[in-house]
This record gives sequence, structure tokens and C-alpha cells, in this order.
Amino acid sequence: MLRNSDNGFGTVTIALHWTIAVLILGLILAGFFMRRIEIDPALQFSLYQWHKSFGFTVLGLAAFRILWRLVETSPAASPTLGPMEHMAARATHLSLIALALLVPLSGWAIVSVSTLAIPSFYFNLIIIPHLPLPKSGTSEAFWALAHAMLAYVTLGLVAVHAAAAFYHHLVRRDLVLIRMLRPGSMPRTGGTVDASGKDDTVVERKRT
Amino acid sequence: MTSPGNQFIAVALPLSLLALALAGTPAAGAKAPALADAAGNYRIASSSNIQFSVGQVGGSGGIAGSFTKFSGIFRIDGDDIGRSSVEFTLFPESVRSTERRIEDFLRSSAVFDAANHKTVTFRSTGVSQTGPDTATIEGILTARGKSRKERFDVRLTDWSRRSISFTIRGSIRRSPYGMTVGTPIYSNVVEFDMNIRGQKR
Repeated sequence: MLRNSDNGFGTVTIALHWTIAVLILGLILAGFFMRRIEIDPALQFSLYQWHKSFGFTVLGLAAFRILWRLVETSPAASPTLGPMEHMAARATHLSLIALALLVPLSGWAIVSVSTLAIPSFYFNLIIIPHLPLPKSGTSEAFWALAHAMLAYVTLGLVAVHAAAAFYHHLVRRDLVLIRMLRPGSMPRTGGTVDASGKDDTVVERKRT
Repeated sequence: MTSPGNQFIAVALPLSLLALALAGTPAAGAKAPALADAAGNYRIASSSNIQFSVGQVGGSGGIAGSFTKFSGIFRIDGDDIGRSSVEFTLFPESVRSTERRIEDFLRSSAVFDAANHKTVTFRSTGVSQTGPDTATIEGILTARGKSRKERFDVRLTDWSRRSISFTIRGSIRRSPYGMTVGTPIYSNVVEFDMNIRGQKR
């Protein structure tokens, strides 16, 4: 069940979703501590390096996520969604995937144009070269601002995305959230709880 | 008292070495100077130059800088070079590098902690001649409240009746002084390259 089906997400998609989600939230938190709070300068330096390594990880995962989306079937939208909701959901998802790529890229640009020229030593294992961009204080300020703005937009969209998921789960009581938690197929139309008692085979969860 | 420069300096050479070195050094001036003139007490001149560099992973680049405020004295013992001595004090607050952010970082608690440790000092414990114009100086280096024995290589470069000049090089591991920040991106070894001029007192 690694791959998506018409009716549900496979393990690969689900793993990518949650791994990127956790990394992005952690990176935003780290970014906040690195930049907005007076902290011990040695700790700050370390945080920057961890932030870069995890950021490059997100970049790689996001690139893979995009490829995966291009080659994989996308499950049909939940039938509980109206056309507008469907469009809004699709726009949000595509934006989040794009941002998962753009935010790390803008971070890479900061590192590359910074006159500090601090190497990116990915988890102290391999050197990731700087992008071929001219170094200057002005460029660094620009990319730092772009990186922060894109990150805040990402955070906002994540909040919208999560709120929508909880809304579906708690109010609509459908399987929108569940299907990103459990790989497996899901009938397009309503059904009943199957023999095993699992409820991920129904579009609308059984009310308790 | 103050001047460009960097770190710990120890300098003292046997007069006999000076004689040999100077014999072939035009800068030594006129006719063979009286060797006895080199023995004596010197103050480290502010025109001295104390530079350091720290390599980075991948080879090129790294951190480079200098110190502009330092002071020190040394004594060349004319009878026994091994009894020559040096005392050197460096003020890390005066660190200069390629940009302000790096200087502030070097002054901060991450590196020199200049607010709490105003000076870095070196006091020689022994000098030994290694060649006609070279010597090594061992001594105690104290930084951030930690003291360790370190060694510097000295080469005589110039000498006149009133002053004497050396290049001094040393590779100092920074981790024992609590300056581990940035490793392994930046080397644990700080390379010191100093041109020290002593003015006879």
C-alpha cells in the first residue's frame, strides 16, 4: 500500500506529508528562536546550522513530493466537498507543496549570497555548495526578508489547512483527516463499518 | 602599548644566533653590530602585527582577522638563551575581521567572551634554539580563564641596535579554551601569524 489509489493515499504520500509537516513546523520554530529572540550566540550558530540541514532535507523531500504528485494518481476529493471547497482545498495543497520548495530555496539563497560565506555542511556530512549568486549585504537582506515572508505565508496556510482538516473531522465527521493518517482505499460513496470494525472504509464516519 | 596584532608572543633568541642570522642580513645594518646590544629588555611595539586564521571545511575561505590592541615585553638573555622570557597580553575586544558581524561574534560569549575575560595572556616558560635564526617558545596561554601550555615557532627577521623583529607562528587548538563553536565547519585549529617588533627599553 505504498502507492496512492483512486480512493486513498498510500504510505509514501502520507509519510511525506507528515514528515514535511513536522520539519516545517520545527524549522519555523527554530527560525523564530534564531532570529527574533536574544539567545546564546553559540547556540544561535548551532541552530542556524541545524536549520540549514533540516531545511535542505525539506527541499529534497518537497522536490520528491512534487515528482510523486506528477507520477502518482491523486485520490478523488472527498465526496463531502462542494465544488468551492474542492477548489480551495486544491489551491491550498498546491500552494503548500510549492512553498515547501520555495521556502528552503530562498533560505539556500540567503546562505549563498551572505558575505559571511558560511559553508552549508549538511549534518556535518557533506558540503552543499552555495548557489551561484553574487554576494552582498543587500542581496542577503532581500532573501532574508523573502524567506521570512514565505515562511509566514506557509505558517498561515498550514493553519488554514489544519483548521480545515479538523473541521472535516470534528464537524463534518468525514474521512478527510483520517485518510491522511491511514493508508488504504476508501469507497467513493458511503458504506457501513466493515467487518473488522475499521471505519476508514466509509466516507462518513459512524456517529457515536 | 597598543597596536595591530593578535596574540601571544614570545621572543628571545640567543645572541650567538643573532650573530649568525645577522651576518647575512642586510637589514641588520652596517658592520656586524655588537651582539651584546641585542641582549636586553624590549617592549612590543604597536607596529607589530598579529593575525590569525581559521580554516573551514572544504578548504577555501574561513575566518581571518587580527588584533589591534596588545602589549608585552620580552627579555633576551645574552648569556643563556633558555633564560630569555616574554610576557604578552592581548585584548580580544580589539579583534578585527572582514565584517562587523564576525567581530561581534568573536567578542561574544561564543568565542572570547570579552565582556568577562578582558585579556588573553601568554607567559613563556622556556625558550630553545632550533636553528641559526629560529627558536621555539613554550609558555602558558590563558584565555577564557583556562590555561594551557602552548608552543610558538619564532624566526628572526630583522635586528638593529634599538629594535628587533620576529615572525612568530603557532597552531593553537581552541577547544580546550572553551571555544568549540563552529566546529567542524570551522577548524579547531587557529593559525597565528605574527610579526612582532621589539623596541629596546
